Amino acid sequence: MGKKVSSLGKTYLTLGFIFLYLPILILIIFSFNESKLVTMWGGFSTKWYGELLNDKQMLGAAWMSFKIAFLAASSAVVLGTMASIVMVRMGKFKGKAAFASMITAPLVMPEVITGLSLLLLFVAMAQTIGWPAGRGMLTILIAHVTFCTAFVAVVVSSRLREMDVSLEEAARDLGAPPWKVFFLVTLPIIAPALVSGWLLAFTLSLDDLVIASFVSGPGSTTLPMVVYSSVRLGLSPKINALATIIVLLATTGVLTAWWLARRVETQSVNLPTGDS
Amino acid sequence: MSWGRKSVISVPYLWLTLFFLAPFVIVFKISFSEMDYAIPPYTDLFTWADEQLTLTLNLGNYAYLFTDDLYIRAYLSSIRIAAIATIICLFVAYPIAYVIARAPSATRNALLMLVILPSWTSFLIRIYAWVGILKNNGLINNFLMWLGIIDQPIAMLNTEFAVYVGIVYAYLPFMVLPLYTNLMKLDNSLLEAASDLGAPPWKVFLTVTLPLSKAGMIAGSMLVFIPSVGEFIIPDMLGGAETLMIGKVLWQEFFNNRDWPVASAVAIVMLLLLLLPITLFHRYQARELEN
Repeated sequence: MGKKVSSLGKTYLTLGFIFLYLPILILIIFSFNESKLVTMWGGFSTKWYGELLNDKQMLGAAWMSFKIAFLAASSAVVLGTMASIVMVRMGKFKGKAAFASMITAPLVMPEVITGLSLLLLFVAMAQTIGWPAGRGMLTILIAHVTFCTAFVAVVVSSRLREMDVSLEEAARDLGAPPWKVFFLVTLPIIAPALVSGWLLAFTLSLDDLVIASFVSGPGSTTLPMVVYSSVRLGLSPKINALATIIVLLATTGVLTAWWLARRVETQSVNLPTGDS
Repeated sequence: MSWGRKSVISVPYLWLTLFFLAPFVIVFKISFSEMDYAIPPYTDLFTWADEQLTLTLNLGNYAYLFTDDLYIRAYLSSIRIAAIATIICLFVAYPIAYVIARAPSATRNALLMLVILPSWTSFLIRIYAWVGILKNNGLINNFLMWLGIIDQPIAMLNTEFAVYVGIVYAYLPFMVLPLYTNLMKLDNSLLEAASDLGAPPWKVFLTVTLPLSKAGMIAGSMLVFIPSVGEFIIPDMLGGAETLMIGKVLWQEFFNNRDWPVASAVAIVMLLLLLLPITLFHRYQARELEN
């Protein structure tokens, strides 16, 4: 499209960004508030960060969420990449249409439905085959891998479609077996998309309240579950402090990944969530 | 089919069949059982007694959904709220996507990044931010009272208005992205041809750009509408007692009433209502995957 941004366009865009960022900015400002009131300024203080670091329950839940998100993202990248290869490179096979729906439906499925249905599956499985024995970290992990796989598949398959197929063809013509073509040719080219996909999956897992609430068990409380129960009791500057830390980490993570991706491929950049 | 090819297909295929498809079959099954004070808290559909296998299908849960008007009202108001929020989102997002798509390529990626960045921070916390802004002694009311425009706080939190704000705020990037992707693919020569033939800019927009971005509008709308219908966090934190939404009803049915069979029936009916939009979204997504 064209090259000029009119002043009207600039104004609109600015308003849009104010709408997107002002609430987050306010959250950050009030995390440094001396007063317990979240909406009245009472002087500068970092005491809520101190309280946050002394909150054993919060820290425990954060560690649990981190472990789950790390494992879920890593597994989802493997499964999601396989799924994208199947979608983009494998041509037609019996049941491909069904496979395609199972990849796209989780992207929009309301979380309450996914959560309830997975819980009922785990209960039914425990009843019939005795596995998984209880609900906890493992069941949350399985649930997260499942929906994260779909998101990774979207990110990775859009990169697979864009990449130059002739490189793969050349490697094949020179006699490389399919696995070697994949690991030596395809994988290095789609690597930035795998990083984006991993980060997206990691954030989605870290962020999930609804599905985890359904499939968790006693002793496996994740960070969003702790945040949710404390928010229900009223606003707390401690949550603002936590929000500030999350915003800081997310921004650094995303910007680093973005910068790396730009460095790797100078042409078109595949943004995280680019196609979802 | 080679062994390698088969195994690459079967691993994700089996995973999704077991953990995405099979659960729906089980929800469907349990929606026909009865609540029971046992572990698990529902009756078996099949019972074996006197060398007889009996299948008991209890349609009571579905009958209950249609007799107690709470559920019908919740379904209808969820669809209404999600639809209105989607339309607002479309109107807010379209100009953003349009301006970004027209920006010089150097800034385009950075602008798009800025749109996406907020969605990388916690959904729950972004909704929580609005509680402090909208409540009676919150920032907007304090500000307006300080200016002297109002002397009584305007009730905004715990209203349907707050739910709209929450949905538009949280789902805006999901509307911008497909619109942007679509507008980027737009063939510039068509726009030039239209304006060379003397069409004023607004006419070029209405007769060329808008119809050609239909696919993006549909994809974005479905990405916002479908999850919003079943949204739990937004109506729970920003909505009031009179803001009925089915996701919250399902949650309460499950966690507060512990009635798993009714919760399952609620989920199945919701799924049936969403089948058409999901198919529409899938068709768009499949077309994207093909080319």
